Amino acid sequence: MSGLRRIPWALVLVVAALFVPALGSRFYTFVATDVAILALFAVSLNLLLGYTGLVSFGHAAYFGIGAYATGILMKKAGIPFLLAFPAAGVLAGLFALVFGFFCVRLTKIYFAMLTLAFAQIVWAICFKWNDVTGGEQGMPEIPYPDLAWMERLPLAGQLRTSDHFYLLTVVLVAACLWVLRRIVGSPFGRILTTIRENPERAEFIGVNVRRFELIAFVIAGAFAGLAGGLFGIFNRGVFPDFVYWSKSSEVLIMTILGGIGYFYGPAVGALVLLVLNQQITSYTQYWPFILGTILIVLLFAFPSGIVGALDAAARRLARPRRA
Amino acid sequence: MLEVRKVAKAFDGFQAVAGVSLAVPRGQIAAIIGPNGAGKTTLFNLITGHLRPDAGAVLLDGRDITGLPPHDVCRLGMGRSFQRINIFPRLTVFQNVQAGFISHRGRGLDLFSRVGQLYREETEALLESLGLLDRSGEVSGFLSHGAQKQLELGIALASEPRLLLLDEPTAGMSAAETRETIQLISRIAAERGLTLLFTEHDMEVVFSIAQKITVLHQGRVIAEGAPAEVRNDPEVRRVYLGERR
Ligand SMILES: Nc1ncnc2c1ncn2[C@@H]1O[C@H](COP(=O)(O)OP(=O)(O)OP(=O)(O)O)[C@@H](O)[C@H]1O
Ligand SMILES: [Mg+2]
Repeated sequence: MSGLRRIPWALVLVVAALFVPALGSRFYTFVATDVAILALFAVSLNLLLGYTGLVSFGHAAYFGIGAYATGILMKKAGIPFLLAFPAAGVLAGLFALVFGFFCVRLTKIYFAMLTLAFAQIVWAICFKWNDVTGGEQGMPEIPYPDLAWMERLPLAGQLRTSDHFYLLTVVLVAACLWVLRRIVGSPFGRILTTIRENPERAEFIGVNVRRFELIAFVIAGAFAGLAGGLFGIFNRGVFPDFVYWSKSSEVLIMTILGGIGYFYGPAVGALVLLVLNQQITSYTQYWPFILGTILIVLLFAFPSGIVGALDAAARRLARPRRA
Repeated sequence: MLEVRKVAKAFDGFQAVAGVSLAVPRGQIAAIIGPNGAGKTTLFNLITGHLRPDAGAVLLDGRDITGLPPHDVCRLGMGRSFQRINIFPRLTVFQNVQAGFISHRGRGLDLFSRVGQLYREETEALLESLGLLDRSGEVSGFLSHGAQKQLELGIALASEPRLLLLDEPTAGMSAAETRETIQLISRIAAERGLTLLFTEHDMEVVFSIAQKITVLHQGRVIAEGAPAEVRNDPEVRRVYLGERR
C-alpha cells in the first residue's frame, strides 16, 4: 500500500496523457482535449463547492468570459496566445471579484441564486452585443495558437495541429491543477474548509468569512476563465451557450458525480460524463433522458461520487490485509 | 478589561436582554447565572459581536467594540466557546485546533506553504493539556459529547485569547467529567493569566470557582457580588435557587 502511495500518480497520468496523440486517432485526441479542459473547469468549481461549501449556479459565466477574452484577443486583435491565455484568467478573475463582492454578502440558496443571476446577465450581454461578441452567432474561427515549433520536438513532428494544441492543453491544465492543489493544501485551503464546516465558528476563530469566500470565488473564477480560454480554441469558436445556465449545471453535475470530497473527483466526473455522452449520443438521441437516469442511479448508489465509491471500496479491500 | 454598558436586545418584540451592565476586571473569574431563557447566551452573543445590540455599548480594554464583527472581536483577544457543540465536524481534532492557530497568527492568507505540520507543536501541546492528544487524528464529529466539549474549549484557546467567554462549558457532561473540566479550566486560566466569564447551570461549579457572580433573570441583572452574598440574596433565592433545586 505505502509503496503504491509513493508513486507520483498525477505525474504518471500527465505523461501518459501526452501519448494519446500517438494512438493516431483524431477522435481520441478530441475527447482527451475536451476532458482535460472540462476537468480544469470542474476542479475550479470544486474549490467553491467541495472546499468552501459554496454552491455556485453560475460558474459558466467565468468560463465564458475567459473564452470570449481569449477569442476576441486572438481573432480580432491578433494578440498571441501567450498573452491572450493569461488574459482569460485575469479578466474572469476581475469579473469574479465584482460579482463575488455581492454574492458573498448572501448565504446558501440566496448566494447560489445571485451567482446564477450574474451569469444570466453575462449571457445576455454575450448574446446581444453583436459588435464585440458576435451576438447570437458567436465568434467562429478562433485561430489556433502558433505551435509550429512543436514540430521540432522529438516524437511530436508527425502530429496534426489539433494534436499540438492538445499537448499544450495537457501541460497548461496540469500546471493549473498543480497550482490549485497547492492552494487546497495550504493554510488558506484549511481555513476554507473551516468555512465549509461551520462558517459561524470560523468567524469566532478570527476568520473574516466573507473575505475568504471572495478570494476563493476569484481564484475559482480565474481558473474557470483559463479553462474557457482553452475551450474556445479547442471548439474552434466561442458561443453564448458557453455562458448559459445549462453549462453551469453541466459542470456542477460533473463535479458532484466525480465526488466533491476529493481533489481529483471533479476531473473524474468530467471524464465519465464526457465519455458517456460520446458513447450514448452515438446510439440514441435521448441523451438527456439517459443522463438523468444515470445521475439518479449514481447519486443514490454513490452519494459521495465515483471517487468516493472507489475510495470506500479500496479501504474495504485494504482492511482485512491489515488485520 | 470587559465592560458592558446597558446592552439590550429584543427578538420580534420579546426583550431577551433588557439593559444589562457588568464589568469584569483583568484576571477575574466571573460567572453569569440565571434560569433557562434568562438571556445568558444572548448576552454572550452581544458581547462577541455575533448579534448587534439594540442599545448600549461593549468595551474591551476601554475600546468600544460594539457592532464589530466576531472575527475582529476575536482578533482583539476575546475567545469564546459555545453552549451547543460548535466545532468543525468533518475535520480532525488536530485540524480543528490547528485552524485556530493559523487564523490567529495571520497565516490564513498563505496560499502556498503546506499546511500539514504547521503549528504542530503548539497544537499538540494544547491538545495534551486538554487530554485530547491521543484523539488527535480522529474526525471530531465522531467524538463523544464530553470530548467535543473539550475540543470546543481547545478551539477557543487556540486563538490565544486574553478574555475567554465560556457558555456552559460543562453542559451535558457527567458529574465526573464536569469536575475534571472545571479543574482544567481553572488550571488553564491560572497558567495563562486569563480573564474568564462563564455561564453555568451547575451551582456547585459556579460557587467553587467564580470570584464574582451576576444573576440574570428575564434579561435583567437582579443581583451581583461575591458568591456568599449572592447565595444569601433573597431575590435570587426566590427566582432562581429555590425554583431550580
Ligand atoms: N435568535 C433568536 N430569535 C428569537 N428569540 C431568541 C433568539 N435567541 C434567543 N431567543 C430568546 O431569548 C431568550 C433568552 O435566550 P438565551 O438563549 O439567551 O437564554 P439562556 O439564558 O442562554 O438560556 P439557557 O439557560 O437555556 O441556555 C429566550 O426566551 C429565547 O427563546
Ligand atoms: Mg444559553
